[in-house]
Amino acid sequence: MLKKLALAATLAMAPVSGAFAAGADGHVENYEFSFEGPFGTFDQAQLQRGLQVYTQVCSACHGMEYVPLRTLSAEDGPGMPDDQVRAYAEQNFEIYDEELDDWRPARPTDNFPANEAAGAPDLSLMAKARAGFHGPYGLGINQFFKGMGGPEYMASLLTGYTGEDKEEAGAILYENTAFPGGWISMAPPLWGDDVDYADGTEATIEQQSKDVSAFLTWAAEPKLMARKQAGFVGVVFLTVLSVLLYLTNKRLWAPVKARAKE
Amino acid sequence: MSGIPHDHYEPSSGGEKWLHKRLPIVGLMYDTLMLPTPKNLNWMWIWGIVLTFCLVLQIITGVVLAMHYTPHVDQAFASIEHIMRNVNGGAMLRYLHMNGASLFFVAVYAHIFRGLYYGSYKAPREITWIIGMLIYLLMMGTAFMGYVLPWGQMSFWGATVITGLFGAIPFVGESIQTWLLGGPAVDNATLNRFFSLHYLMPFIIAGLVIVHIWAFHTTGNNNPTGVEVRRTSKADAEKDTLTFWPYFVIKDLFALAIILAVFFAVVGFMPNYLGHPDNYIEANPLVTPAHIVPEWYFLPFYAILRAFDGDVWVVIAASFLTGGIVDAKFFGVLAMFGAIVVMALAPWLDTSSVRSGRYRPMFKWWFWLFVVNFFVLMWVGAMPAEGIYPYIALIGSTYWFAYFLVILPLLGVLEKPLPQPDTIEDDFKANLGKSSSKDGAPVATPAE
Repeated sequence: MLKKLALAATLAMAPVSGAFAAGADGHVENYEFSFEGPFGTFDQAQLQRGLQVYTQVCSACHGMEYVPLRTLSAEDGPGMPDDQVRAYAEQNFEIYDEELDDWRPARPTDNFPANEAAGAPDLSLMAKARAGFHGPYGLGINQFFKGMGGPEYMASLLTGYTGEDKEEAGAILYENTAFPGGWISMAPPLWGDDVDYADGTEATIEQQSKDVSAFLTWAAEPKLMARKQAGFVGVVFLTVLSVLLYLTNKRLWAPVKARAKE
Repeated sequence: MSGIPHDHYEPSSGGEKWLHKRLPIVGLMYDTLMLPTPKNLNWMWIWGIVLTFCLVLQIITGVVLAMHYTPHVDQAFASIEHIMRNVNGGAMLRYLHMNGASLFFVAVYAHIFRGLYYGSYKAPREITWIIGMLIYLLMMGTAFMGYVLPWGQMSFWGATVITGLFGAIPFVGESIQTWLLGGPAVDNATLNRFFSLHYLMPFIIAGLVIVHIWAFHTTGNNNPTGVEVRRTSKADAEKDTLTFWPYFVIKDLFALAIILAVFFAVVGFMPNYLGHPDNYIEANPLVTPAHIVPEWYFLPFYAILRAFDGDVWVVIAASFLTGGIVDAKFFGVLAMFGAIVVMALAPWLDTSSVRSGRYRPMFKWWFWLFVVNFFVLMWVGAMPAEGIYPYIALIGSTYWFAYFLVILPLLGVLEKPLPQPDTIEDDFKANLGKSSSKDGAPVATPAE
C-alpha cells in the first residue's frame, strides 16, 4: 500500500512544471477530503474540529486576518449557532479598537486577528497558496477531481515531521518530508491528543492534521459549495440551451441544404 | 456598406421614414445584421462571437468588481478578499472575470490561427488583420495589468519583470521604465495607473472591434475556400451567401453555448486551475518567488523573450555590429515584440496568390508545424531556463520567425496550388454531399 502511494506520488510529482512549482519538492500524500470533486461538500463536524485545532494550537503563532468571525455561522461552513460564535469570539481573541484606543474582546463583526508575533505566515489563504498536485504531466487536469492539493499539502506537512532537527545560522530547522527543501523552521505543532474533540473523535496527529486542513480550506474558499452548485446549474442550463440551439440551427438550415442538393 | 450586392433597409412607416431621414440607425443595424455571409463558413468562424461575448463579459464583471476594489498597495489584496467573502456574488464575479480572461485568449488564438490557415489576412482584408493585431496587443496589455491588480506575489513580480523589459531599451530605457512605473520600482503609483489603464483599455478595444467589424463588412467575410463571393449581380451573390441573421447568429450561438458550458465547468469546479498559487500570497518586495511565470497565454512570447541569451550567435553578432548597444536582454525584448510584428506583416510576407490553406499542399504542413510549435513554446515558457529547455525555446523561436520571414515568402514561388472551386456555391454543395453521408449533422471539427 505504502509502496503504491509512494509510486503514485512520484508519478504525480515527476513532471512538475516551473509554472506550478510551489511546494512541489516534498512528498504530498493524497488524503481524501469530502470537498473534492465537482460535487464535494464540506463536512461540518470536521470543520468544527479543525476550528478547535486552529484555535488551540495554530492560532498561537498564525493569524487569519481575512476571515470574518461571523462567517463561522455560515450554513455552507462550520455552521455554528450565532450565540456560540459570539461566545467563541469573546473568549478567544482580543482586538485592538482604534476608537476605544484599547483592547477589547472580539465580536462576530471582527475578523480573526492577524498574528505577526512569531513571523508565521497568515493562514487565511494558505489552502489556495500552496499546490500539492500538478499531474498528469504537469497539466494539473486532475485538479478537477482532487482540487489543487493545498489541503493535502498542509496535512502532509503537519504529519511529515521525521523527528530530526538541526541548527543552521542560529535557527533550529526541523526535517519534514513534505516541505520543499526538507527542512522547515516551524517546530512540530502536533503531538497527538493536542485537543479534546467534543464529538469524541480520537485526536491522532493525522486526524488533527486533516481536520485543520479542511477547516483552512473553508477559510480560504468559504463560497466553495455555492460555487460548485452555481457551476453545476450553469453547466446543466447551458447544455440544455445547446441542445435547443442545435435543433433550432438544424431546422433553420434544413431548407437551405435541401435546396442546394437539388 | 458591403461591396456584395444585397437588399438595403427601406423605411416603411411614417415614423421610420422620419427617423431614417434624421438618423439612419435602423438602417445601419439592418445592414449589419443582414450582411450577406458566405454559406460555406465552417465551425472555425464562430470565434468572433465568442470574442465579442468575452469582451462584454469582462466589461460587465469588471465594472462591478471595480466598485468594490481599492487600488492601493496596502488595501488591494484585502479588497479582493473582501470581494471574495463579503460582496454578494463577489466570489463568482471574480472567478468569472479571472477565467474570462483565459477564455478570451483561447478564443483569440483560435481566431488568429483560423485567419492564418485560410489566408484571411490577404488582400483585400489587410486592414482587418492589422486592426485585429492591434486588438490582440491591447488585450495582452489589459490582461497583464489586470493580473497586477490583486497585488499578489506573481502580480508584483510579474510587473517587475515585464516593466523591466522596457529598461532594456538602450539609452532611454531606464527613463521609460521609471515613467511607466511612476517611480523607481513597482509601487503604489504603478498600481494606480495600471488600474486606470486596465479600466480604460477595454473601451479602446471595443472601439477597435467596431472598426474590425466595419472593415470586414466592407470587404465581405473570407471563407474556407478563399474564393470571393460573386458580385456580378444580386442573384449571383445570393447563390453564394446567406444573411448573417438568422443563419449565422443561431449557428454561432449554438457554438457559444457549448463553449460556455465548458467555461462554467471550469469556473464552478476548478476556478484556480489556470492561476498561480503564489498569487494568493500578498505582494512582498523582499521575497522573490522561486519561479516567476506569466499567465499561460503569455508563455509562448515569454519563451521567445528568454530564448535569445548571450550565447546565441545572432545575439553575439547583433551585439558586435551595434557596438554593444543591442545586448542579449534588449535582443530578447526585440524578438518578443518582433514575433508579433512579423505576424502583423503576414499579408505582405505571404506571396501566394491562393488564399485558403486548403488548396496549398506544402503550406499545410508548415502551418500545422507552426501550430505545434506554438504549443511547444507555450510549454517551454513554463519551464525553468536551464538544461535542454533554452535550446528547445531557441529552435521554436527560430521557427516562428522563419515561418513568416522565409517560409511564407518562398512557398508562394515554390508551391503548386491545387485547383480551387469556381464558386462558394459549388463548395457548399460538395461539402453537403460529404456530410449528408454522415446524417448531415454539423460536426464541430477544428479547421479542416
